[in-house]
Amino acid sequence: MALLQISEPGESPAPHQRRHAVGIDLGTTNSLVATVRNGIAGILNDEQGHPLLPSIVRFRADGSVSVGYEAEIERARDPKNTIVSVKRFMGRGLRDIAHVENSPYDFVNGPGMVQIRTAAGVKSPVEVSAVLLQELRVRAERSLGGELVGAVVTVPAYFDDAQRQATKDAAALAGLNVLRLLSEPTAAAIAYGLDNAAEGIYAVYDLGGGTFDFSVLRLSTGVFEVLATSGDAALGGDDFDHRLFCWALEKAKLAPLSAGDNTLLSAKSREIKEYLTHHAEARFNAKLGSGEVVDLPLSQAEFWEMTRHLVAKTLAPTRKALRDAGLSVADVKGVVMVGGATRMPHVQRAVAELFAQAPLNNLDPDKVVALGAAMQANALAGNRAAGEDWLLLDVIPLSLGLETMGGLVERVIHRNSTLPVARAQEFTTFKDGQSAMSIHVVQGERELVSDCRSLARFELHGIPPLVAGAARIKVTFQVDADGLLAVSAQETSSGAQASVAVKPSYGLSDERITRMLRDSFEHAGDDLRTRALREQQVEAQRMLQSVEAALEQDAALLDAAEFAGIRACVNSLRTKAQCDDHRAIKSAIDELNRATESFAGRRMDRSVQEALTGRSVAGI
Amino acid sequence: MVQARNHFELLGVAAAYAVPAEALDRSYREIQSRVHPDRFAASGEAERRIAMQLATQVNEAYQTLRHPLKRAIYLLGLQGVEVLSQTHTAMEPAFLVQQLEWHENIGEARAARSTARLESLRAQLSVEKRERFARLANLFGSGALQPAAEAARQLLFIDKLEQEIGDGIESLEDL
Repeated sequence: MALLQISEPGESPAPHQRRHAVGIDLGTTNSLVATVRNGIAGILNDEQGHPLLPSIVRFRADGSVSVGYEAEIERARDPKNTIVSVKRFMGRGLRDIAHVENSPYDFVNGPGMVQIRTAAGVKSPVEVSAVLLQELRVRAERSLGGELVGAVVTVPAYFDDAQRQATKDAAALAGLNVLRLLSEPTAAAIAYGLDNAAEGIYAVYDLGGGTFDFSVLRLSTGVFEVLATSGDAALGGDDFDHRLFCWALEKAKLAPLSAGDNTLLSAKSREIKEYLTHHAEARFNAKLGSGEVVDLPLSQAEFWEMTRHLVAKTLAPTRKALRDAGLSVADVKGVVMVGGATRMPHVQRAVAELFAQAPLNNLDPDKVVALGAAMQANALAGNRAAGEDWLLLDVIPLSLGLETMGGLVERVIHRNSTLPVARAQEFTTFKDGQSAMSIHVVQGERELVSDCRSLARFELHGIPPLVAGAARIKVTFQVDADGLLAVSAQETSSGAQASVAVKPSYGLSDERITRMLRDSFEHAGDDLRTRALREQQVEAQRMLQSVEAALEQDAALLDAAEFAGIRACVNSLRTKAQCDDHRAIKSAIDELNRATESFAGRRMDRSVQEALTGRSVAGI
Repeated sequence: MVQARNHFELLGVAAAYAVPAEALDRSYREIQSRVHPDRFAASGEAERRIAMQLATQVNEAYQTLRHPLKRAIYLLGLQGVEVLSQTHTAMEPAFLVQQLEWHENIGEARAARSTARLESLRAQLSVEKRERFARLANLFGSGALQPAAEAARQLLFIDKLEQEIGDGIESLEDL
């Protein structure tokens, strides 16, 4: 039996025992993976030395896939099966997606998330994203020389519950243990704040390929506190490309394009946009499949004019976040620019004008999010050295509410509440003997249910039959540190636990996830059982290590019987962890969890007391 | 399980209307840096769940105590005065008349699509709010709980007005 190395919290394990953890920026246009080595965060390149992975996946009829640069090259040849900007489809229905008519894909509009029919079958955006994440996981494992203990995956701050859940599902599908979903602007703030020892009120303006986020944070020694966040989950550099594309169609008076020409002109539009960042004039020059040549001159000024409304669209959320934080532009010490689209000079100028100061561009806008995520992953995996401690307090971007009479929304959790957050709401029956009740949870700021995003419909069953209005059903909404919602319900007058059936309006059912997992393992030649066993073994080691450390520090909080009980569970788990039955390991883990529950509570409680003592707190 | 405490006890400050803001901030950060789920990302399920519950509770306590009106309502509740359930109590007529005037002014500014007028109303309202909070603090200081509850109830209306102005500005900006 291997002896466990216990390290005190806050102390790094020896270098050879460092737990490999990575930060992943799953971007609309490009994705990256980064890690912290020797205290320094760095991007992990692919074998050819590329830091970026274009977020492009091509599915072939034989079931094989190409990813990244390879898929990018093949895109013009096979646009229908080559998926770009899949992030725009995550957790979204068909009617939510902009410019569907220009998309070469064969969309399948299901009851939940939109799907795409490809040569290799119908694919959900979760599966497509999982291919990208898997590629990055393999890249990281190869370059770090070992399995990953976990990853921090970034999401736009303005992603709602369905989009976050879809991202987390994709990571699970890619075989990643998600340590945390982290908001992109918050990740950037960590990287910026730690590198520059910044203190005070800072803002992050993050215009990526497909999403816009704006966050206001208070940075002080060791604390990153998000005060407010806002944005537009469907606005990014892609929209500037699209505007240019439409301009070219109009100017050249082109007939409806073939899928191939569409892709060609889209790629051209992006190229011209990037060229105009550093040049005053450009020529939009392309040869269509028919042999027809498009050749149009375009100046920087014209491009700025035709996309001015897009830049303006970022400023309203910016002002809104400041208002929510109770701040004015004068309070902001610096504005950190993130995302490739902030390279455009007219974006820079608009931000500079609004804040009356030059924006901060000293970090690579393409890499900063992945680097910040790597720093957080390193900390969460327990690799941080003493003195490297920091606390991150993030918020929920959009209010959560319930449908009430007349299709109106009653807000239960307000936007910009610090995570984790919970609210309990009481309901009652309106008919005699009513034993079930349905509840509709929505997310958004509008007053009408139809204007908000439907997150889930719950049905409460098993309400004891009483006269109308007598039953008291307490429904608790808990949003965790990942910004994900969980709902539980209890009938409080009788104490009966009402069962909750969750039917996600968007997102995937558990069965579908399981099926996708099975398919992907079969495809990878991996065995589901082997995988499950390995996962349980890793979980068992993690659990043993953390319980051993807790016993070492705080055995004094337990009486002899409790101590013996926990010891017995530890020994049983340690023995079971050697066997190859993942179910037996799982049940031993569950048993140890139950046995340590009150111990964990006492430890946490004592920790709170320690935090309050030794300081002069007024009036205690 | 974690023992139940009121928000003041949880954050280690005296249960009074006047709370030392700096001590509150310090306790909050100190406690969160020990119980936040990020500290337990690599722990077992039981610890992760308890960390989440406790961090949720600490957030709730801090948000309540940091906000002057929420703090007032919570403190009155601890002392047996339920501000929110006193809907039967009639509001002062003078206050109601003033409320109607505010609503009219906001409505007119919205109809005129004037962000500037809404901003100016917001500035006026924030002056009024400051004065009312000062009065509320005095009422707590002299132990006049019923008048304090009345003042808190009026401030709830003021909060609504503020929200209405904010929504108005937002709806003009969204276009």
